[in-house]
Amino acid sequence: MNLLAQQTEAGRTLTFALFLLMVAGTVAITVWAGKRTRNATDFHSGGRGFKPWQNGFAIASDYMSAASFLGIAGIIALSGYDGFLYSIGFLVAWLVALLLVAELLRNSGRFTMADVLSFRMRQRPVRTAAAVSTMSVSIFYLLAQMVGAGALIALLLGIKEGETFLGMNAEVAANMGIVLVGLLMILYVALGGMKGTTWVQIVQAVMLLGGAALLAVLVLAEYGFNISNLLGDAASSSGLGSAFLEPGQRYGVEIPGDPTQTMWNKLDLISLGLALVLGTAGLPHILIRFYTVPDAKSARKSVNWGIGLIGSFYLLTLVLGFGAAAMVGAEAITAQNPAGNTAAPQLAQEAGEAFGGSTMGAVLLAVIASAAFAAILSTVAGLVIASSSSLAHDLYNSVIRRGAATDREEVVVAKIAAIGVGVVAIVLAIFAQTLNVAFLVALAFAVAASANLPTLLLSLFWKRFNTAGAVAGIYGGLIAAVGLVVFSPVFSGTERSLLGEGVDIAWFPMSNPGLVSIPLGLICAVVGTLMSSESRPDRFATLQVRALTGAGSERAVSH
Amino acid sequence: MATTPTRDGPPPDTTDEQLAAMHDDPRFVELKRRLFRFIVPATIGFLAWYLLYVLLSAYARDFMGTVVFGNINVALLLGLGQFVSTFGIAWAYSRYTARNYDPRAEELHDAIHYGETSR
Repeated sequence: MNLLAQQTEAGRTLTFALFLLMVAGTVAITVWAGKRTRNATDFHSGGRGFKPWQNGFAIASDYMSAASFLGIAGIIALSGYDGFLYSIGFLVAWLVALLLVAELLRNSGRFTMADVLSFRMRQRPVRTAAAVSTMSVSIFYLLAQMVGAGALIALLLGIKEGETFLGMNAEVAANMGIVLVGLLMILYVALGGMKGTTWVQIVQAVMLLGGAALLAVLVLAEYGFNISNLLGDAASSSGLGSAFLEPGQRYGVEIPGDPTQTMWNKLDLISLGLALVLGTAGLPHILIRFYTVPDAKSARKSVNWGIGLIGSFYLLTLVLGFGAAAMVGAEAITAQNPAGNTAAPQLAQEAGEAFGGSTMGAVLLAVIASAAFAAILSTVAGLVIASSSSLAHDLYNSVIRRGAATDREEVVVAKIAAIGVGVVAIVLAIFAQTLNVAFLVALAFAVAASANLPTLLLSLFWKRFNTAGAVAGIYGGLIAAVGLVVFSPVFSGTERSLLGEGVDIAWFPMSNPGLVSIPLGLICAVVGTLMSSESRPDRFATLQVRALTGAGSERAVSH
Repeated sequence: MATTPTRDGPPPDTTDEQLAAMHDDPRFVELKRRLFRFIVPATIGFLAWYLLYVLLSAYARDFMGTVVFGNINVALLLGLGQFVSTFGIAWAYSRYTARNYDPRAEELHDAIHYGETSR
């Protein structure tokens, strides 16, 4: 049975109305924050005055994207346990950020990741490299989110082939979805800066967590709050039995009679696991969040808030995923969306109907659909502000103007950059719509883990590290991660590839490059360092004292 | 939004030389030792535990599929175990730093900004 396609005109209107309500509320916040954004510290870091819980909600909002809400719920609904495996990597990764990065970064940097990387190095080459890698990670991530947003608008409004809603058919609705998400993220960032973006993210995190929690409670209530019964029902509905509750349906798949492919599949799973756990602490839009609080202690507390919220959220998606498998069923889900992205909204309708009839079903669907849009909007806004900060602060001010740009100039350039990045993302997303871009999130994590994290850790902890090492590490890790994916089955050689079956340039056997590209990035950084004689122990001493004690670090702005 | 200064008024400015001079101070060496004493073993520990979990998921499927009770198997319990250990390490780190690290870091911060005699 195709649930969403049966959605009534009234249900669609309700979904649309809730969505408009969220848009109106968040735009009002943006306008309010825009009036309070006066200088570069306000724009890039929201004045550094956010409380740990506020930053924690914003961190969670940045992180809980469509990929981790709809994506993971969908993977669990269709492939069972393996979706949970994905979310575990996403969560454990926060310990790297907590123990090794957050506080030291807060103390030693100002606005961007490059502030820390270039602290004891030659500014221009390091900042250029950092800006290139920041842009790469952000654009990959943005594209995945926006293409997903386009597909979702059509699906969530339940527009079928040949049908129209408000005069739009499915294709036009998808394009409108991309443009709408794009314009909103530009508005949030260009007008509200980090202050506006953070408050919008806080509101959206509450919506997303509230929606997911409500739905999870309804699902659990259906099973008398007995998880074991829910799992049993999911396993039997899936037709896979107990294998549905075990790893191996999607990642590290065993191919009978093909030990070579089985070996590569299993190494691919380990490769994915590594990129997930090491990627988070190298994501530029996550890193700049640590600058929005007054000191290192607040950065630590905000990561703890983030870990609590994100962990709880993934436990909810576990219930939603298995709930969708049990109550909606794989057949109905794949009929709606082959990747399973509509599992959670379909479950909302089903659970709502089971609880309070068709009206409740429509209401709950509208709530979850808006929560999904909140997830997309908050993540893309975070990515746009990370890109615009890096372009304005690293590339424009430090590289082009050699640090001579005024505060005001940097803010104006950042706003223009936000518009530019947004427009490029909208155009690319419209062209990429028909392509299978689901791999882009994993690629963003792989680049962050290969190019950003090794250089970040080496600059904080290795005295000998220098300009040549940082530049070699960033480009080496970036080129390795992207290059290997280009020559992997993700790109060509199979019917599911980006370029289709017709082109076959795939010689790298794994979809996830991390297992090779992360060590390669690290080796490039070390070899690059040793090949150059540059060494500045005095600057390292300054950096380390600053990072560990917070002395000389950037302070909060008081207006 | 109101900002919360850590003390009354911003501390006086400091120079990079003052910061660098603290690097070889025995108090800073001790501060560094206290930080590393937690983060090094904790990082090795959680990464090894996570890697073990991923390896078991890839290569020990029969073990992971062992039913413990009802429909709950080892894979699910180990997965939830990763959640518990993540929450646990985050909590332990906060407790450790609040007791063993923050007061000393603050002392050095003040020594750099206000000079030794002002305290």
